[in-house]
Amino acid sequence: MQWKHKDLLDISQLSADEVRHVLATAAYFREINSRPVKKVPTLKGRSVVLFFAEPSTRTKTSFDMAGKRLSADTFALAKSGSSLTKGETLKDTALTLQAMNPDGIVIRHGSSGAAQFLAERLECSVINAGDGRHAHPTQALLDALTLSRRWGGDFAGKTVLILGDIAHSRVARSNVLLLNLLGANVRLCGPRTLLPPRLDTWPVTVFSEVAKAAQGVDAVMCLRLQLERQQAGLLPDLREYARTFGLSPRHMALAAPGCCVLHPGPINRGVEIDSGLADSAESLILEQVENGVAVRMALLYLYLTRKSPDAAQSGIPV
Amino acid sequence: MPENNKPQQAKKIDLAVKSALWLGPLKSQAKASSQKGSQPGSQLGKMQQPKGQLVDVLVARGRIVSVAPVGSLDVHAAKEIDARGLLLLPSLTDVHTHLREPGQEYKEDIASGLCAAAFGGFSNLLCMANTRPVNDTASVTEFMLEQARKSWPDGPRLFPIGALTKGLRGEELAPMADLKAAGCMAFSNDGRPVASTELFRRAMEYCQDLGRVVIDHCEDPWLAPAAGVNEGEVSSRLGLAGQPDIAEAIQAARDVLLAEYLGAPIHLAHISCEKSVAIIRMAKARGVDVTAETCPHYLTLTEDEVAGYSSSAKVNPPLRPRSDVEALLDALADGTIDMLATDHAPHAAHEKEVEFDAAPCGISGLDTALATSWELVRAGKLPFGAFLRAWTTAPCQRFGLPVNTFAPGDPADFLLFDQDATWVVDPQTMKSKGKNTPLLGRTLRGRVVAHFLAGKSIV
Repeated sequence: MQWKHKDLLDISQLSADEVRHVLATAAYFREINSRPVKKVPTLKGRSVVLFFAEPSTRTKTSFDMAGKRLSADTFALAKSGSSLTKGETLKDTALTLQAMNPDGIVIRHGSSGAAQFLAERLECSVINAGDGRHAHPTQALLDALTLSRRWGGDFAGKTVLILGDIAHSRVARSNVLLLNLLGANVRLCGPRTLLPPRLDTWPVTVFSEVAKAAQGVDAVMCLRLQLERQQAGLLPDLREYARTFGLSPRHMALAAPGCCVLHPGPINRGVEIDSGLADSAESLILEQVENGVAVRMALLYLYLTRKSPDAAQSGIPV
Repeated sequence: MPENNKPQQAKKIDLAVKSALWLGPLKSQAKASSQKGSQPGSQLGKMQQPKGQLVDVLVARGRIVSVAPVGSLDVHAAKEIDARGLLLLPSLTDVHTHLREPGQEYKEDIASGLCAAAFGGFSNLLCMANTRPVNDTASVTEFMLEQARKSWPDGPRLFPIGALTKGLRGEELAPMADLKAAGCMAFSNDGRPVASTELFRRAMEYCQDLGRVVIDHCEDPWLAPAAGVNEGEVSSRLGLAGQPDIAEAIQAARDVLLAEYLGAPIHLAHISCEKSVAIIRMAKARGVDVTAETCPHYLTLTEDEVAGYSSSAKVNPPLRPRSDVEALLDALADGTIDMLATDHAPHAAHEKEVEFDAAPCGISGLDTALATSWELVRAGKLPFGAFLRAWTTAPCQRFGLPVNTFAPGDPADFLLFDQDATWVVDPQTMKSKGKNTPLLGRTLRGRVVAHFLAGKSIV
């Protein structure tokens, strides 16, 4: 498949076939990641800027490792060390980076729409590593890879529960789109104060009690609860939240046999997820991390080689 | 009619505009036609643009002498204009603009704002007090008026709105008697609505003594203030913190209850949603002295404009869903909403070219308001009579401004309007310094070809 997109901003840009192509490519890179020597020359001579205007450890490291394993040169730009803290606008930062001629920019930003803002102004590929509450497409794709491996690639008829702070979650928004695209049913559950408006326009079923929401589901995605939601008046306290919306083994007993648990991390043990459950056999949390590197390798490969005429035909040069 | 014309013909006519198309009733015919129920203002539900008739307009000493069917007046004027193919409209009045001077002249200044008004079809402009410094002292008001006189001596006329509270801080009343004496025609805390209901009550009482109307920007100070996007389907999908329509309606309810309790007038600015309309309708039925405005963008655009994180569509109150647009159109047609205003809010390009969160709210409106609102008349969504009321008589009556109804003796403020001329909204040709409009690049129909103010050509 010749990759036609310049940028990855949100799952809504992709067709089901394109998603499957990403997942298949990622599965290939997963195999490379299991070799003793994990580095391939695929993106030698290409440069990728990791522009993280919001704190991030795992996503940034994951992209950094993905780029390096493909032999791309990666350059990290953190908000604290960048001119953004000196009052430079996002536009000027973007144009400055552009002038250095990178092949791709991976952006994490606190404002919804920031990745699109960059993509509209830059010639290089822009990969959205999370923009505000809007989208986190690489997380959704790594979640899909994880579930795909668990389910043998078949999402049809599967039901996934996304649990927690949906309103502020880019992970939830991207996963709702992607799971629907792949044919799964999506349920959402969380306190009303942490649900976005107009969920009637989303392709989901909404629950207010975890015990009902968990009935018969094939997977549960827990979302991280940001502790500042309490200060914002959206929650009385974490203890009550943990008791009413934290995922516990008794919920798993209501789910379908073989139900697995995902979490985008970092987890708050004992808040949104029972600590023992996070370490249990049902938990795929660490496999998500592993798949994250493979998915980001696949995405960097597809987006950065899309103009190479032979890329689609010759397969992945290793 | 010939009898009526005799004394007029004896006057020295300064200007004769010939063969313009006039869609309203002639003053001498108004009575007869209203008996037949065919007056445009009463055509609610019919929604058909009246065919109109060709007329000649005579002007002397800055005032209307006569408007009569073409050729019925035999006069020799000092100046004659052939207006064949052009529509005759009274000049519009805009009771809600932000001209940014003093203090933010890079966004707009009084000269550029009045230029946009002149070419946009406006003869009277009320400008808000959120300048830097705030228009909370007489010297600022006087400065504004002086800047207007210097740049556009023949108009458009500028009428400053004074701050309701010092510095718009919502803590102490501004010296409103001083401000009135200096020329302020109304008072408002627009931009920073007064949170304290107690202080707002006192401000309304104080203004009532001065014979001035308080204009309120209805916005609950805690429900996602100045989000710039409606809380709804679009904000939910985009992951933006939206403002619910009740943020406006709750404050509108507060205001009309205060107005009823105090027996004081209130004017509600830029109404954007059906819930506020319902409150205004209820208040009017109870006899409350309330008037309200809405803006062309709330009648023509929906929250979908924000879908691509378009900061040019970020405005406060935000653009709403289609159902609110329909409710506003009905309310404007039936008079629940009395008038139109632009809420002209110019910003510099670099201020809007940022992440959606970081962009300031506001749409530049003076250049496009007439064309976009005329499109509603053309499409049968707004009766011609309601259009006239909304842009001329209602605002002028409410705020005590000169108005042209084309009756003899009225100020000769009128436009010749080419309703079929198409033009592209282009930053190069917009007169306002603020190019921040979601209409940029779109083609509009209808242009002001000539604008006369007190009989003098200003465009």
